[in-house]
Amino acid sequence: MRNVWIAAVFVAVLAGCASTPEEQEGAGVEDRKPGAKPPGAQTQPITQPPVAAVDLTKPGSRSMLTDPSSPLSKRSIYFDYDRYDVKEEYRPLVELHARYLRDNKQMKMLIQGNTDERGSREYNLALGQRRSEAIKRMMMLMGVSESQLEAVSLGEEKPKAEGHDEAAWAQNRRGDLLYSGEF
Amino acid sequence: MRLLIAALLFLAAAPSAFAQLSIEITGAGAQRLPIAIAPFAGEGALPAGISTIVRADLERSGLFRGIEVPPHNPALTESSSVNFPEWKSRLADALVLGSVAARSDGRYEVRFRLFDVVKQTQLGGVAYTLTPQQVRATAHRIADYVYEKLTGEKGVFSTRIAYVVKRGTRFELQIADADGAGEETALASFEPIISPAWSPDGKRLAYVSFENKKPVVYVHSLLDGKRHVAANFKGSNSAPAWSPDGSKLAVALSRDGGSQLFLINADGSGLQRLSNSSGIDTEPVFSPDGSSIYFTSDRGGSPQIYRMPARGGEPQRVTFEGSYNVSPRISRDGKNLAYIARNGGKFQVALLDLASRQVLTLTDSDKDESPSFAPNGRMILLATVIGGRGVLSAVSADGRVKQRLSVAAGDVREPAWGPFIQ
Repeated sequence: MRNVWIAAVFVAVLAGCASTPEEQEGAGVEDRKPGAKPPGAQTQPITQPPVAAVDLTKPGSRSMLTDPSSPLSKRSIYFDYDRYDVKEEYRPLVELHARYLRDNKQMKMLIQGNTDERGSREYNLALGQRRSEAIKRMMMLMGVSESQLEAVSLGEEKPKAEGHDEAAWAQNRRGDLLYSGEF
Repeated sequence: MRLLIAALLFLAAAPSAFAQLSIEITGAGAQRLPIAIAPFAGEGALPAGISTIVRADLERSGLFRGIEVPPHNPALTESSSVNFPEWKSRLADALVLGSVAARSDGRYEVRFRLFDVVKQTQLGGVAYTLTPQQVRATAHRIADYVYEKLTGEKGVFSTRIAYVVKRGTRFELQIADADGAGEETALASFEPIISPAWSPDGKRLAYVSFENKKPVVYVHSLLDGKRHVAANFKGSNSAPAWSPDGSKLAVALSRDGGSQLFLINADGSGLQRLSNSSGIDTEPVFSPDGSSIYFTSDRGGSPQIYRMPARGGEPQRVTFEGSYNVSPRISRDGKNLAYIARNGGKFQVALLDLASRQVLTLTDSDKDESPSFAPNGRMILLATVIGGRGVLSAVSADGRVKQRLSVAAGDVREPAWGPFIQ
């Protein structure tokens, strides 16, 4: 058992060496510019293995969608009471996601409509559908292909806020945008 | 390590330990028939007191009042000679006497007789053989027999109910006896389950599960736990309702946009569009003869209940009072429509007499949902919220008898009363 652990740690260390990101420039490596002081006797020459770049900022990568500093990480669109139209203030957010879907045709989006808890569960499911379809329609008007979009409803079943007052209900009258891999 | 496993086992078993519904009767009929149910001779050999369960069943209906029976020596049995004046002096109108005997094969035999004390006659009697596990089922059968003999309508004590319990992040679709006992979990999930609907033969449940991050309609066989997808089209799939012959489901789908009614075979084949509106059509339910479908629609500007031919056709509006009438359910005789009406911000169960057009508000709670008729039409089971917690409640069709069924440390919702068992 113990040997296995040691082996595992060893492999992990090796793996860590192999995947050193290129941004970590020369950490701990001695300055070898011409004219620098000659290295000490025990210093070994260093050969640089090739480094494969991982670029998390490239379009199509997931972190662009989930990094909190990325505007695409904002996924919720809130609705007024008894209203099913996307408010003007959310148009830029919808546009941003629409552009992303246009640029990344392989990505699909699940739009989940939600309602507050008042009234029949099934009727609320239908009302939530109205919200998700309003978002879907807006995205299609912005040029997103319908084949990339699915509008569904969770009705009142998945509240973001568990309270029973207007503050909680306002949080729950909502459309959420999920990308491939998230549903 | 062994301790940890024991703890995990305990945790796994824990939910069911707290899952049993407890019943509280909060109202009763004006006229309750006084009935004496003597302890059945020898019933101590069984794991539960059969006469106690019979009495509790009958009292819960709100139509009977159990009378205390002092111990007799020797114990009374169905073959004891009945001293009618004694029971008359105890103010009993009816009397049940019975006995339990062990059989050589390890099973038991229960015999009972029902007497009309006023007329001083015997109304009938039955004998059942049972295993110790069948005590509750046998008691419910006896209660059904007594109920039917004395009221003229079928009892529902042997029927079962389905409901959903939410405990933390866990959702369980449960099946229990009509008195809330003997609950079993048909489906456990970390995603919501709504709208369970019993097949007419009581062997399958259709429901909506969100396990795929969207609503999908499943049909679930209770006997073997096998289930299949009945409707999983693009968009939302919900509100299943069985046709009276059990071959088809009416469902609400958003595949063509909005929420519209469709018919589909129970195996998921043969999709057929039923309704055509630009608004919301949902919550379909078949009339008992299968000829019409009642449903909720906002085509007139507010959610109201409509009726349309089950083959498709022009809908007619059924509810007119108020601006929010949803969740239609039709009684087995097709005469009454129960639904949820919003009255001044309160969601309450209303009953519409379809012939006279009279509306009766049955409850005084304010968050009622999902009404469901008992198969004999006498009681309506519903979900409501009391003290911030979801509970089930039952109210008689005349609004007089009320019961509350709650489960410790959990929210109960989405009740559906099953059919008579053949």
